[in-house]
Amino acid sequence: MSSGWTTKALAVLAKDIRTELRTRYSLNALFMFAFTTLVVVSFSLGQLSLGVQVLSALYWIIIFFASMSALSGVFVKEEDAKTAQTLRLFARPSVIYAGKLIYNILLLTILCALLTPLYVAFMNVTVPDWPLFLVVILLGIIGLSGATTIIGAIVAKANVRGALFAVLSFPVLLPLLVAAIGGTDAALVGTGWAGAENHIKLLVAYAVIMITASAVLFDFVWNG
Amino acid sequence: MVRKYLQIGLFVLIAGVIYFSFTTPAPQQIIGEASRIFYYHIPMAWLTVVAYAINLIYAIRFLKTRSELDDFRSHWSAELGTMFCVLATISGSLFAKVTWGVYWTWSEPRMLSIFILLLIYGAYLSLRAAIPTPERKGIISATYSIFAFPTVPFFIFIMPRMMQSLHPADSVVDKNLHFTMGGTVLPIFLVSLFSFTVLYFWLLGLGIRLHKVQLARFEEA
Repeated sequence: MSSGWTTKALAVLAKDIRTELRTRYSLNALFMFAFTTLVVVSFSLGQLSLGVQVLSALYWIIIFFASMSALSGVFVKEEDAKTAQTLRLFARPSVIYAGKLIYNILLLTILCALLTPLYVAFMNVTVPDWPLFLVVILLGIIGLSGATTIIGAIVAKANVRGALFAVLSFPVLLPLLVAAIGGTDAALVGTGWAGAENHIKLLVAYAVIMITASAVLFDFVWNG
Repeated sequence: MVRKYLQIGLFVLIAGVIYFSFTTPAPQQIIGEASRIFYYHIPMAWLTVVAYAINLIYAIRFLKTRSELDDFRSHWSAELGTMFCVLATISGSLFAKVTWGVYWTWSEPRMLSIFILLLIYGAYLSLRAAIPTPERKGIISATYSIFAFPTVPFFIFIMPRMMQSLHPADSVVDKNLHFTMGGTVLPIFLVSLFSFTVLYFWLLGLGIRLHKVQLARFEEA
């Protein structure tokens, strides 16, 4: 882990941010997908007074499906533009993985920063415990990106990418979704940190395990 | 020749299990006749785990050796495991209807975990179908199978603590690791477990032999 490693990982990240800012394709797609889903949900269920459990489940369902539309993009676009080979020459696989992972985390963080206020407004949610709510969302984002970044690299090598990405991600993400929904639930009920303790532990453990497993296995996918 | 006798032996054992599992008294008096499914359901669930474990072992080996045969073993074991997984899910679901009154419930951790296994290996098999080059197919799918594995402990160890289980925890062994089955139940169960396990390994070997023959023919042509 020399300083060269960090510099190069940040260079990969900077390159992805720069190309994204030229078109804003994945951020637009991600946000519009999430926003449309939110509006549909709010439009169809807005008349009903929904319980907290339903609200927290809906929030994560929106995030899950929106992220399925965009998170594989970081690797798919490299394969499509035939730039993957150049990237292989530029740095070690772990460097690429780190850059892409941070990029996905940033992408989802921006999405959630835009979506969460809209969600609170549209679904008429009262949040008694904002710090806990935000911590659960942030941990959820890290786990979600940690597990799906390598799956993005996997589907980039396959033929039918869109559907396959969701199919491959869902079973792996299920523990995360259960914990994130439970934690959000605790934040919306207002049971405080004690009520969400197990969920937060599970979210942290999940993110650590998935990012470690990805870091070990990424070499095989990237050079495979 | 030896193989022939082993096949006949396996046939006799499984026929014996089928015969005795229906003619002896039901294993569980309260549930009654329906509890006979236990002779088949537990071996199926066990073989699901065995087949997927072998898939994982050969996936790891394949990444080291890059031998096409290891990839085939891994893939074939996943297909067999999926067959056993479907059988275990169906037999478990039928038994759930009889004993708990519902075919399916999400509040039961073992139903959840076997369902997740089905999803993971369904995804694994569709991933294989979507990659055209054989070499890459092996590497990518082996990676996915290893990557998906760490989620399994979440369902086996963590989820059951977060929800109540309806499964009898002491149907095979109790808390002091003594067998809880009496009379004719234990021998029939053990023979069933043994013969279905042999059946799985026979199917595994059969597929591998067939694959080798096809490879040899392909090379001749």
